[in-house]
Amino acid sequence: MSAELPSLLLEVHGVTKRFGDHIVLAGVNFEVPRGRVVTVLGRSGTGKSVFLKCLAGIERPDEGVISFDGHPLDADVPAARAEFRRRCSFLFQSNALFDSLTSLENVALPLEQTTDLSAAEVRSRSMEALKQLELDAHADRYPSQLSGGMQKRLALARAIVTRPELVLFDEPTAGLDPLRRNAVFEMIVKYQRQFGFTAVIVTHDVAEVLVISDRVALLDSGVVKFSGTPETFASSTDPMVRDFRDSAAALSTSISILRQGSPS
Amino acid sequence: MVAALGHHTLSLIRGLGDFALFTAMSFRSAFSTRKLFRRVLRAGFEQGVRCLPVILIVGTFTGLVLGLQGYHVLNRFGSEGLLGALVSLSLVRELGPVLAALMLVGQAGSALAAELGIQRNSEQIAALETMGVSSHGYLITPRLLAALVVYPMQTALFVAVGLWGGWLSGSILLGLEPGVYWASVERAVEPDDVMECFIKAATFGLLTVALCCYNGFNAHRCKSGTGARAVSASTTRAVVLSCVTVLAADYAITSFLM
Repeated sequence: MSAELPSLLLEVHGVTKRFGDHIVLAGVNFEVPRGRVVTVLGRSGTGKSVFLKCLAGIERPDEGVISFDGHPLDADVPAARAEFRRRCSFLFQSNALFDSLTSLENVALPLEQTTDLSAAEVRSRSMEALKQLELDAHADRYPSQLSGGMQKRLALARAIVTRPELVLFDEPTAGLDPLRRNAVFEMIVKYQRQFGFTAVIVTHDVAEVLVISDRVALLDSGVVKFSGTPETFASSTDPMVRDFRDSAAALSTSISILRQGSPS
Repeated sequence: MVAALGHHTLSLIRGLGDFALFTAMSFRSAFSTRKLFRRVLRAGFEQGVRCLPVILIVGTFTGLVLGLQGYHVLNRFGSEGLLGALVSLSLVRELGPVLAALMLVGQAGSALAAELGIQRNSEQIAALETMGVSSHGYLITPRLLAALVVYPMQTALFVAVGLWGGWLSGSILLGLEPGVYWASVERAVEPDDVMECFIKAATFGLLTVALCCYNGFNAHRCKSGTGARAVSASTTRAVVLSCVTVLAADYAITSFLM
């Protein structure tokens, strides 16, 4: 008897996005099961971040439907969008922390501005989020006084403080060294398990993705070319998947050939 | 050429409409923004307290020059006794509101446009939107509301130190009887003049802060570049437009009230 599949939290049908004559997304279809970690892979410039921004409502798709928990997110229906924003968080590649606010104020901001919690409750919940991410000792520091990894954790604390059901991660490990990259992925998985949110991660880090994800999608030329489990991704014979997956091995082969061809 | 003219005209009308919508949306957000008073106080501090030195310095020198020039001109006609009237009416009806607004644009307006431009560039504004926080309500509304209070206050201060500068130059340096100077000020300034001064100050505050916010907030739409160049271009545009708007609005209000 097969295990019951989780319901879909996010469904994307035929999403298209153009910037002038340039088509970035050309009818993307995508599904995110509730409570799972779904990763979107793709080469640079294939529209992964634009896709994530369409999901978050920062960019408006030209065509297509995005449904959250069964309800279409229509830009002309602000209530549906507001409900989505209440239940979703976005972790920006640049962290997008407010540099004029302290760590505590950054984390407290969404609670202060979108809930009716008292000042004491806001502070208590914000400190709790900071503590969970081991930043409580830095509550009064400004983002510029924190290291890159701490800033990433602070951005995650701000993202989870509202207890969202869906967290969208835009290249959370961009520019980080391998150790920090692993730490960030561990952090995402740890808090995903702890809080039970659904995660959509856009990244280039194939090896790590295969370990942490429940589902993997490969975006190329504005459409999803592959969607499946990490196991099927790892064993796929599709040339595009293979090229992407085995890029490190391909580089090694290319370098070996170059070295063999060069004068000793 | 006609097509280009038409294109520019349409672009101007579109821009004005966009600016009007931006300002209206910011005022409307006042009803839905939480903890607004605290942010208005912070904006008031930025526009008010931080700009105090420049207002005091420029106000003093404006009064000193008016006193000096006025004394020598009036002396030709044997009317030095009217120096207080000349200095006070010049400051209250024209120079106070205009120069205070220009100084505030240079000090607070440029900082405001640059800060918003950087916030746009670093995705802080997008972050607010994804959190469900109104970026207009959080970033723009407090600044507009603060400007309606701070600009008249700064203008009043500018006029006060300007009158003091006029007295310093006319009475202390050039020997005009202080009683004559202050009596002339008292006789010349009518409540309508003070009202005109405050109407101008509040209008200039609203227009310039809205323009600076609009340009900084929309730095990503800047056609002359992206990133730091867009912030620089939008800040320059904000300051230039604000200065021109102050002078144009001054003429319009003066014509209307005269």
